[in-house]
Amino acid sequence: MKIFILRRFAAAIVVLFLASILVFALSRASGDPRNLFLSEYTTQEQWDQWGRDYGLDKPYWQQYLTWFKGAVVLDFGTSVKEQIPATTVVARKIWPTLQLAIGAYVFAIFVGVPLGVLSATRRGTTTDLAARSFALLGQAMPGFWLGIMLILLFAVKWQILPAGGKGNLTSLILPSITLGWFAAAALLRLTRSAMLDVLDSEYVKLARAKGVSRTMIVWKHAFRNAATVPLTFAGLFLTALLTGAVVTETVFAWPGLGRLAVQAVFGTDFPVISAIVMLATSGYLLMNLFVDILYGVLDPRIRHS
Amino acid sequence: MDTSSQRDTYAEISSDSRLKKAWMIFRGYPIIPAAIVVLIVTCAIFAPFIARHDPLIGDLRDQDRPPFWQAESPISGKEGLAKYPLGTDPLGRDILSRIIWGARYSMIIASVVIVAGAVGGTFLGMIAGYFGGLPDEMLMRLVDLTLGVPFILVALATVVVFGSSVTLIITLLILFSWSGFARQVRAETLSLRTTDYVAQAKIAGASSARIITRHILPGVTSTVMVVASLNIGQLILTEATLSFLGVGIPKPRPAWGSMVADGRDYIGTSYWMALFPGLAIFLVVFAFNFLGDWIRDRLDPRLRQL
Repeated sequence: MKIFILRRFAAAIVVLFLASILVFALSRASGDPRNLFLSEYTTQEQWDQWGRDYGLDKPYWQQYLTWFKGAVVLDFGTSVKEQIPATTVVARKIWPTLQLAIGAYVFAIFVGVPLGVLSATRRGTTTDLAARSFALLGQAMPGFWLGIMLILLFAVKWQILPAGGKGNLTSLILPSITLGWFAAAALLRLTRSAMLDVLDSEYVKLARAKGVSRTMIVWKHAFRNAATVPLTFAGLFLTALLTGAVVTETVFAWPGLGRLAVQAVFGTDFPVISAIVMLATSGYLLMNLFVDILYGVLDPRIRHS
Repeated sequence: MDTSSQRDTYAEISSDSRLKKAWMIFRGYPIIPAAIVVLIVTCAIFAPFIARHDPLIGDLRDQDRPPFWQAESPISGKEGLAKYPLGTDPLGRDILSRIIWGARYSMIIASVVIVAGAVGGTFLGMIAGYFGGLPDEMLMRLVDLTLGVPFILVALATVVVFGSSVTLIITLLILFSWSGFARQVRAETLSLRTTDYVAQAKIAGASSARIITRHILPGVTSTVMVVASLNIGQLILTEATLSFLGVGIPKPRPAWGSMVADGRDYIGTSYWMALFPGLAIFLVVFAFNFLGDWIRDRLDPRLRQL
């Protein structure tokens, strides 16, 4: 078990290292990195000072080390737009994005899992068809379009929910559905196939033969064994979520990381976008590591493979 | 003895069962998704002949026209015209023509990326799986990297540095699409490597290059086909997302994603601007996803979990 965790951990570190090289290479790819890191109001003195600080006259590997030393203590430079550390700018946006993520995850679980169970227990019925159509929609609809259509219906036409911004809890509803539908669809499909497998197993047949009630069989015998699905899914969900957050936050003017990333592009704020990329990558790796370990604890077969 | 009415009944039954037979054969095939794909590919190839209007230059007298079935637009007070079946935007450009031209950009990017990703990923996957050791380890870490860094964010960072262009988008998508192929092909190669026919080829003195091209490659083609068909929908979606964010296909070229982005600003008054391009994306992605699932079930049901 220890070796398993160590191996996973080492692999994650390697990926994080490669990602840092990628971000560093990007910062040097367009010639003078000062164009990316300093604003147009920089004085000549500050300009030269930056060059000295980051060793622009030295070879790339030394420049990388300088950058890396900063990155380790979360120093990605000063935000071009706000003139405060990029990490501070990014940190302020983490909580709104997390709220949105929680909202989306709640939607995905409370819609995806029950629909998956229903669809499996009533296989071939209209309920099954409806549930699977829901999944089909979720996997093919572009998130940005779904968001705009929800705004069109609920905010413009019926005027019952806000079209954007971050206010009270009602402002969280439409963004959560937009971001969560894709995940709900995937969760539904996974739950459905897991349930179908379990419902076909010997012990469920035995329970049926003993005369255990249908509700008991579905929820106690079958569902508890199919419930590892959301767990496996948590790690996968996070990348889809980070991608989706960029889009969802842009559509709903939600003040989170995704919107900040898009704004950083149009404000050519490289320190901010590089901080977001590194943060998102670390978050994803950490989450995956956690899920891998949890999975290894639960399922001995994985540990030894 | 047959009366004429009885004969009619017989004829009816047999034609009925023929219809039923045809239905039974057809039912096994994804007709609707296939039709959608054929339609979109036709639009992409013959865009200049199918589109009735110029996608870039509109007629300002016809700005803000609603779809043809709608009597009056709430903003311009103009009625829909058959000339502009899906309405026009504030510059008087026909939405349908722009969607048809958008199909061209979408399909070109998707096909270039899928082919390049498949060729590169297959090659690297076979090398890694066949030789193992250090190249394998390095390749798998690169695969981890492409899966571990969030693509959209990296794309945004790259655009900060280089500015957005079609070439950049294609390059980025290729850099992130080969890994899916490489991973599956590697796994497939690992098991093919231990087959008897590969061992015998080795004994007969075949070189590694020959074994890979003549004995491994044919064995992984169906996997490659499956991965390609499953990925293409997601690819179209990703390209549309980048265009929506304003970092994909640069304006004024008609890309579906940027058309939806334009429509967002007019959602209160001209809903058709966002609705129809988005519907096009949805239909295409749906069709490709469906076909992908179907092809996988046909060629390689073991890849179910993909």
